[in-house]
Amino acid sequence: MSAPVPYPAWRLETLGERCLMVAFPSTVDPAVNVAVHALAAALEPALPANCELVPAFSSLAIHWRPVPERDDPDWANSLSTQLQRLLAAGYQTTADSGREVTIPVCYGGDYGPDLAAVAAACGLTPDAVIARHAASPHRVYMLGFTPGFPYLGGLDPALALPRRATPRVSVPAGSVAIAREQSGIYTLDSPGGWHLLGRTPLALFTPQAASPCLLRPGDRVRFVPITPAGFTALAAGDAR
Amino acid sequence: MIEVLSPGPLSSLQDLGRHGFQRYGVGPAGAMDEWSHRLANLLVGNALDAATLEITLLGPTLRFHQPALIAITGADFTPRLDEQPVALGWPLRVVAGSQLAFGRRRCGARAYLAVRGGYAVAPVMGSRSTALRAGFGGFEGRALRKGDRLTVEPARERYAPLPPGPPAGFPPMDCPSPGPAPLRLLPGQQWAAFSTTAQQRLLGEAYVVHRNSDRMGYRLSGPALALVAPLDMVSEPVAFGTVQVPPDGQPIVLMADRQTTGGYPKIASVIGVDLPRLAQAIPGDTLCFTASTLAEARALDAERELTLRRLQREMTEFLETDECHASI
Repeated sequence: MSAPVPYPAWRLETLGERCLMVAFPSTVDPAVNVAVHALAAALEPALPANCELVPAFSSLAIHWRPVPERDDPDWANSLSTQLQRLLAAGYQTTADSGREVTIPVCYGGDYGPDLAAVAAACGLTPDAVIARHAASPHRVYMLGFTPGFPYLGGLDPALALPRRATPRVSVPAGSVAIAREQSGIYTLDSPGGWHLLGRTPLALFTPQAASPCLLRPGDRVRFVPITPAGFTALAAGDAR
Repeated sequence: MIEVLSPGPLSSLQDLGRHGFQRYGVGPAGAMDEWSHRLANLLVGNALDAATLEITLLGPTLRFHQPALIAITGADFTPRLDEQPVALGWPLRVVAGSQLAFGRRRCGARAYLAVRGGYAVAPVMGSRSTALRAGFGGFEGRALRKGDRLTVEPARERYAPLPPGPPAGFPPMDCPSPGPAPLRLLPGQQWAAFSTTAQQRLLGEAYVVHRNSDRMGYRLSGPALALVAPLDMVSEPVAFGTVQVPPDGQPIVLMADRQTTGGYPKIASVIGVDLPRLAQAIPGDTLCFTASTLAEARALDAERELTLRRLQREMTEFLETDECHASI
């Protein structure tokens, strides 16, 4: 085993009375995010069933619920002690999940109504936007917002734009969108303020499935352009 | 079977929430007023995490096609069983063919209807709560509609004959009230990033529940809360009761249908024992806040859990008294 990697600077915070949160510097940085998931992995085996971990970009929450038959008034303190011990020890570098997930996307037109505007704002042609988006080394930092929604880092900086001034009331499920240095995929029809480049026929979230989310943190994502006919064919079949 | 003759504006099955899936972006959902939800369950001898029907502002009209033991807690929407007024906070025997209706709202925003045995719907990701926006869980992933038929899990049919109201010494189960006592707050992660004026405003001034408030969050209108300097935050986890402040300075308290993470600064959180009070507020209600401490919040939380367990024991003994067993 190689020497442990020290964790980034951290603070231990409370989020209400039934949650502790470890906060690393608030940033979108793969090194910080790897530390978040390493801490989650180190903590998970020791956690009782009434707890749940929520890893985000640069922070990790530990939520818990009271358990009638096992009341431990010092629970928060012992969790805090355990966290400090893990944080002091550092973590072993582990590679990301190693999975590369291919996501077919039909760019532009009704599927990506903001493609032309994004191209204009970035001083590129629509085809160049598609090429740069598809070639960006996307990595899943976290899932959040709606079930299965992946926050992807790695977007080509030439495509970085602020969010739309006015969010849309409804964005169709499957929409592939960008904002700032991030990409995301809407998993439900939901409101949204990101720029819509295209749409995938894949289901990102299937509640009844054994693993309901198509993507998980650490996955690398490759977007592959498809035609409207390809979209229709995939959507008609078992897209997953 | 229970037939929905009219659904009311928002009646959905909820339990204590879907836990363990927030890391996948799946919010917990669950009862807005967990206290009243659990009281309803304990009154009919159910496990506290059995699903209840959360009824919002206006009640549904329901026909029971089978005998049942029910209890209604939380908001008072003047329930009537076959046109006879019924008491809240006490179990009630229903014969087959009875009709349960609700009338004028006296207080509160949400009533909880428990039925002995619990509503028979398949758990999704370990919970019977309805994820309304994502459309899964509960009854077909949605609020009730006219003509829906709810089935009830079989339960032991024998229990004590019930007096019409709680015996002497049994605590009243009033609807939690958003006021006039202030709701207690703990400082949030970004408390110190807000101006002194903002901190004083939140703890000193009145805020009104905005009409765009729902199960996801309570939007409050009042004196704007400003940061000392703009903050560039990435999305962080949030919890039930987190008070976040978007750029317009009007606070939002995150409730049962909250998202799992959020990128707005968090000025405070409402302490757990006061969340049921907030969940019973309706648009137009005035709220006041005061500062609490983590130690106080945890002590109150622990005390509430003990109270609940004591009530559950007492009620279980009461429902299972041997000498007065009777059939439905």
